[in-house]
Amino acid sequence: MAQPRADAPSKIILAGSDLHRVVDRIAHQILEKTSGATGTVLLGIPTRGVPLAHRLAARIHAFEGVEVPVGSLDITLYRDDLRLKATRALGKTELPPGGVDGLRVILVDDVLFSGRSVRAALDALQELGRPSSVQLAVLVDRGHRQLPIRADYVGKNIPTALSESVKVALTEVDGADEVKLIGGLT
Amino acid sequence: MIKHLRSAADLDAATATLILDTAAEMAALSGREVKKLPALRGRTVVNLFYEDSTRTRISFEAAAKRLSADVINFSAKGSSVSKGESLKDTALTLQAMGADAVVIRHSASGAPHRLANWVDGSVVNAGDGTHEHPTQALLDAYTMRSRLGRLDGLKVAIVGDVLHSRVARSNVLLLTTLGAQVTLVGPPTLIPLDVAAALSEKTQVSYDLDAVLPDSDVVMMLRVQTERMQDSYFPSAREYSRRYGLDMLRMRKLPEHAIVMHPGPMNRGMEIAPEVADSPRSTIVEQVANGVSVRMAVLYLLLGGK
Repeated sequence: MAQPRADAPSKIILAGSDLHRVVDRIAHQILEKTSGATGTVLLGIPTRGVPLAHRLAARIHAFEGVEVPVGSLDITLYRDDLRLKATRALGKTELPPGGVDGLRVILVDDVLFSGRSVRAALDALQELGRPSSVQLAVLVDRGHRQLPIRADYVGKNIPTALSESVKVALTEVDGADEVKLIGGLT
Repeated sequence: MIKHLRSAADLDAATATLILDTAAEMAALSGREVKKLPALRGRTVVNLFYEDSTRTRISFEAAAKRLSADVINFSAKGSSVSKGESLKDTALTLQAMGADAVVIRHSASGAPHRLANWVDGSVVNAGDGTHEHPTQALLDAYTMRSRLGRLDGLKVAIVGDVLHSRVARSNVLLLTTLGAQVTLVGPPTLIPLDVAAALSEKTQVSYDLDAVLPDSDVVMMLRVQTERMQDSYFPSAREYSRRYGLDMLRMRKLPEHAIVMHPGPMNRGMEIAPEVADSPRSTIVEQVANGVSVRMAVLYLLLGGK
């Protein structure tokens, strides 16, 4: 995928409290769709899916007082483009103490694009146990799917051109909360 | 990332730390029910062993298999080597078969360096003569870090047959890169000063084990390699054991937190007393388990990407 140049024009789509509201809404939707988030585990996909999963769990706890276990699921070793790029460093895989067997797993990622990361995550998850069902929550869906995959919870749909890229920044990782659309705006 | 791992000197501090961090993730993955990972599917790893080995060969084989690579084991016994085939011709055969990585153990120092000129794949040194054994050094460093929490500033005593030890050489190079202070201890005949100086300027030398022990965080006992000794380097095994063997009495001189390591195979009763080898301070079995994780990390980082 061609990356926009570093000096390409960029537009801020979501920032600060807007992003917080979006996370709040996803948390509410999860509560609604899972009847109170019982028997549910949130698994973040590194890097930015992990802090997002923790935020969702914190919001769910704030709204209804339910403790949802949070973990992380590294997909590096399951990617289908491992060999096309330089070797990648591994992220952390940490399951909550209760594991995933028989539970509803909600995968959390920042951007849904080709769907290949989610495919890799499904493969990685299968090696860790047998969840009763798997759902997907993303902060941004930018379209251009290459696999038959859709998200159950979407923070914001951003129509994009392939020449553009979407950059999510989170305070925990990048020092600020922001979703930016880079390139393509001539 | 580097292409070959021929010497611990190939690794700078950042690369070595990346390998240790990756190994930690691999170790976490090895704890689960399904240990297999798809990262090296379709890649071929050849274990080319010209010298006997139990631990290292099995460890590399397990590491490659857990990453889903195809593994071909080659040992000099029962192959065309016994008909007189040269290393180069064997290398060209492997090249023709499309090996993505060759893990080589050889009695000749420098064999992996030669091999790297003849094959397109990555070459991993699994021990060459009295020269180097970099993955052993990596797993030793990993063991120290996981037991003691750090490597920077750690005081490590490497005791015994330094002259013939590829483990010692690789450890000195790697540990000093990572900020540890290494002291070589042994009889003067087994630690020539020029060798110690050539290894690293930061390395110290002592001939008195009892003086070094109270100030060591790690004591690494080396095997006395009688098979590589043409001359007599010490009067008798008994005398060696009395002066440089680690027994219970000596072990008590170590600080409370210190650990005892040995790369194996051990001569129990010679360089290490059986009670010491089996004590809770000994990391010998742990080192073997860590070996698989570290070798998985090395194979993944060498072969996983483009």
